[in-house]
Amino acid sequence: MSSTIKSPWLIHYDASSCNGCDIEVLACLTPLYDVERFGIINTGNPKHADIFLVTGSVNERNIGVLQQIYSQMLEPKVVIACGICACSGGVFRDCYNNLGGVDVAIPVDIYAPGCAVRPQAIIDAVVAGLGVLEEKRAAFAATGGKLAEKPVLASGLSSANKIVDGVSVRDAAFTKAREASKALASVTDRQEGANND
Amino acid sequence: MGKRTVIPFGPQHPVLPEPVHLDLVVEDEKVVEAIPQIGFVHRGLEKLVEKRDFQVYVSITERICGICSFGHSLGYSQTVEALMGIEVPRRAEFLRVIWHELSRVHSHLLWLGLLADAFGFENLFMQCWRLRERILDIFEKTTGGRVILSACCVGGVYQDISDEDLRGIILVLDGMKSEYNELLKVFLGDRSVKSRLCDVGYLSKQQATELCVVGPFARASGITEDIRNYGYGAYGALAAFEPVVSEAGDGYGRSEVRALEVLQSMDIVKELVEKIPDTPVNVAPKGSPAAGSFAVSRLEQPRGECFYYAKGNGTKFLDRFRIRTPTSQNIGGMTTTLQGCDLQDVPLNVLTIDPCISCTER
Repeated sequence: MSSTIKSPWLIHYDASSCNGCDIEVLACLTPLYDVERFGIINTGNPKHADIFLVTGSVNERNIGVLQQIYSQMLEPKVVIACGICACSGGVFRDCYNNLGGVDVAIPVDIYAPGCAVRPQAIIDAVVAGLGVLEEKRAAFAATGGKLAEKPVLASGLSSANKIVDGVSVRDAAFTKAREASKALASVTDRQEGANND
Repeated sequence: MGKRTVIPFGPQHPVLPEPVHLDLVVEDEKVVEAIPQIGFVHRGLEKLVEKRDFQVYVSITERICGICSFGHSLGYSQTVEALMGIEVPRRAEFLRVIWHELSRVHSHLLWLGLLADAFGFENLFMQCWRLRERILDIFEKTTGGRVILSACCVGGVYQDISDEDLRGIILVLDGMKSEYNELLKVFLGDRSVKSRLCDVGYLSKQQATELCVVGPFARASGITEDIRNYGYGAYGALAAFEPVVSEAGDGYGRSEVRALEVLQSMDIVKELVEKIPDTPVNVAPKGSPAAGSFAVSRLEQPRGECFYYAKGNGTKFLDRFRIRTPTSQNIGGMTTTLQGCDLQDVPLNVLTIDPCISCTER
């Protein structure tokens, strides 16, 4: 066991959450749940963080911010999608400005559903994330500090470091996500049409 | 005169729980101008009203914002009830106001905690959030949810609170009160807290009126405007209601208004529990909002006046639903307080308007 998982540091970003999950993430850090007793500390600096907690779904404005923060975090790192919106888009799935869950933008390791996600679920997810973090660290150490495989983004992009450089890469992510949400919207429209008849 | 530099602030920033971006134009350590950019949490919820049944949409309005969630479901329900001419049972009105005032207590405690965190008083932050959990326990006991309550519906509320639980709420609030008074001493009397808040982000009554700011932000600049004064819902049953107003106009005034409103809300809950009538808690809405009908309603959210508009089209889907949220009114005031302030005061000035970006962008 490495020192990392004895005191993992968190960074939290509100993608397009309703705040419900954000205040629950903060509630985890305060006296009743107090994750600091496990050495978990909330940081605002991506370069200090091991675990990335994302709440809310992805839209066209914040997809770049999300990928930017992810690419600034050092390896090994774990991404946790907190709340059903971060997992799949949740109740906002049918909104026009919604591309879907966090996995549209960056690879997600742990999904913690709930609306709003309960603090217990967040703590469980972080503990599960520690296992993943340790695996990634071991793999990272075994290769002498090189990534065993290049981090593959869910949208089919190859390297996390390249994301912020080129607009074309972001455009590809947009196009793919947009197509996916359009396909989904047409399916739900048809279903709702059937219900109305 | 120093060289002008632009410092980006946000969307991801340690002091911001929510994403908003500010371009701070600074000259040495003084902020000359602050240009806000929003859109990071825009989802398009007003448009969704065309795809969701008007009764189902209550659950969507709750998710406009997780902090003011009950308030938004209440505002939407009030508007649709006005649209369809539904008379809400009296007990439901009382229960709504009880939940709404408890939401205010939780929202203000949350804000006071974040404020303490922003000026580096971590112990005070933790104490505020510890007290706030008692309110969340009440929510969990009475509705099952901690932040999204799903208690309000068109025509009333989904579930009743038994008289025993209502007495339990009073006991919890009484227990909180003595502990909260200890915190109040620190917020309002502590020398170091005062020196951090006094004269930071001053907004005069004149400026506040011109910029149309609302809620505690306006009341801290001496404007006695509180929608609860107009007695909507069960507020009319209160023996007396006097808005909490401060003349200070600075960060200290804003924290004073919110800190004292917590006590006021506790008293309102207590008074309403004593007066609550025994009636059913909901009526089923019949039919759909008529074509061409429209209604407006106003509500005092924890962050200020919130305005709702709804338009029916004869089907179970609404034609249009519009909200004007308190933070969208207050952003103008915020950028004014930022002009000419020290760079170190920026987080504090942003925080003292209690921004709720999620409401603003929807």
